[in-house]
Amino acid sequence: MSRQPVVVVGHVPTPRGRAALEHGVAEAHRRGARLVVVNSSRGDALVDEEYLQGDPLRRLEDELTVSGVPFELRRPVGRDVAEELADAVSETGADLLVIGLRRRSAVGKLLMGSAAQRILLTVECPILTVKGPPGPP
Amino acid sequence: MGALADLLGGFAEALTPVNLLFALLGVLLGTAVGVLPGIGPAMTVALLLPVTYTLEPTAAFIMFAGIYYGGMYGGSTTSILLNTPGESSSIMTALEGNKMAKAGRGAAALATAAIGSFVAGTIATLLLALVAPTVVDLVVGITPADYFALAVLAFVAVATVLGSSPLRGLASLGVGLYLGLVGTDVLTGQERFTLGIPQLSDGIDVVVVAVGLFAVGEALYVASRLRRGPVQVLAASGPWFTRRDLRRSVGPWLRGTALGFPLGALPAGGAEIPTFLSYAAERKLTKHPEEFGRGAIEGVAGPEAANNAAAAGVLVPLLTLGLPTSATAAIILVAFQGYGIQPGPTLLSTESTLVWTLIASLLIGNLMLLVLNLPLARVWVQLLRVPRPYLYAGILLFASLGCYAVNADPLDLLLLLVIGLLGFAMRRYGWPVAPAVIGLILGPVAETNLRRALAISSGDLGVLFDTWFSRVVLGLALLALVLPVVLRAVRGRRATPEELQAGEPLRHRETVGAPPGEEDER
Repeated sequence: MSRQPVVVVGHVPTPRGRAALEHGVAEAHRRGARLVVVNSSRGDALVDEEYLQGDPLRRLEDELTVSGVPFELRRPVGRDVAEELADAVSETGADLLVIGLRRRSAVGKLLMGSAAQRILLTVECPILTVKGPPGPP
Repeated sequence: MGALADLLGGFAEALTPVNLLFALLGVLLGTAVGVLPGIGPAMTVALLLPVTYTLEPTAAFIMFAGIYYGGMYGGSTTSILLNTPGESSSIMTALEGNKMAKAGRGAAALATAAIGSFVAGTIATLLLALVAPTVVDLVVGITPADYFALAVLAFVAVATVLGSSPLRGLASLGVGLYLGLVGTDVLTGQERFTLGIPQLSDGIDVVVVAVGLFAVGEALYVASRLRRGPVQVLAASGPWFTRRDLRRSVGPWLRGTALGFPLGALPAGGAEIPTFLSYAAERKLTKHPEEFGRGAIEGVAGPEAANNAAAAGVLVPLLTLGLPTSATAAIILVAFQGYGIQPGPTLLSTESTLVWTLIASLLIGNLMLLVLNLPLARVWVQLLRVPRPYLYAGILLFASLGCYAVNADPLDLLLLLVIGLLGFAMRRYGWPVAPAVIGLILGPVAETNLRRALAISSGDLGVLFDTWFSRVVLGLALLALVLPVVLRAVRGRRATPEELQAGEPLRHRETVGAPPGEEDER
């Protein structure tokens, strides 16, 4: 009867993105779920180091293949990360979304919006948030 | 050696703390705009024209010249690491430079580009110092008719050589010449094309047109195609510049300089042609033809030397004749006019301190650029992480402020927007902007000389062909007009830089960020 559960991970090549990916893989194993990894860019700067291309992208694919979880890698460009994740979740009917949290300073909170907050408010499924290892973000 | 003594005097002036600071500011700004695709030295100098109202001339020109040189350095960094030329003069660098970075020789490519730029810039600036007084001696007896002939040659050469087709270049030139006509005729006091608007009787301010065409036009163009996939940055990795690299680079550096300086000094539109020729020459002369197309260091060293040498070459006609041959030079000419200085054969005697200080500070700025670019290439790439909406919002703000500051007249802002839309349309349909700017700035100068010549001859057109000088120059202009058409008919279309790089298309601004999916399959 049951369709395969889906776990969506919002991934960026940083410690927090790594933490999110590891927890996502663990959750997918535990639930016997399919993993959807989303690495998006708003595409408004010429260079976005959080958007995977070339060698890092291939390493990620290899790593996911080795983990043994059925996975799908999505790399949308052009919209805000919250919108992309919300779309991925509703389209796949995901059971869980895993995102990494940035450690933020007081000034940072004052000046910048929070992607995590927008994700928490817009995405229609349970969300697991994990932090990267302590230290600089 | 009069020139040497003058140059030493210039150094004494240029080494004052204030002038050093402006040189540093100029090269920093220049490198930054060189790195950013779509934002070039011409736009930056245009945006900074309003500072000439408060700044001392020497400081302003030191800064502008620093921006001009800096732009030539900065463009190479993005060409090599991102395959995205920051400037049109760095397109040829991308061909081999990016291949080198892909092959793990990015550090060597950056080094040969920076050192080559330094070597060529220094030699060419010294040549400028040597040649300028000689050129002045040659042209001091120049008649208004001769000057008009020179201007015609500059118009035709810039219009037919730059851009994708001679017709578009000539059309763009026409737009510029027309905008230059608006205002009151100096000789008769008649109003031309003012549409009855009183503010227009003084003419459209050059600052408004230049900023509108470059800054507003570019901002609108970028806004119209904002969403682009990010580009992959290659690591500046691999062994640093080796002895072998040096041996292979020295020849291309010197040949690039030899091509760049004279071609920059000719009215043929700045640095693109010399880089193209230098690449072609290195490809022919190399002892490692198998490496071309796969990252040959000669293909980086030659064009990078050529574009810096051309930047110095462009200053020869600008300083000795008041004849701009590239868009940036045209805008620097406006700055001269803003100070009430008319560059020409007399400049070297009337403003000799200014000129020699400028040349000395170019040499100093060149050294600064080497220090800034060699170890800091990665840092400059960080600039490209600035989201474009912020960048262009800032540019628009600067553009509007600068234009309003000229006359404190709201009409200028309206004009800025209209000319900005024109600039957008020109980019959209592939009209080069440089001929319009040169037409706008050189047009009135050419007109004055034409009418002065006709006044002397009491209306006899024959005066235009009176001297051998004007006959030769007008003949060259005719050649520049006809030759591209003939060549096209005889040999077929000239290969564009994009076509030279057969196989993998060059990611120029037009194609930056093709859908990410397409880049994956490698």
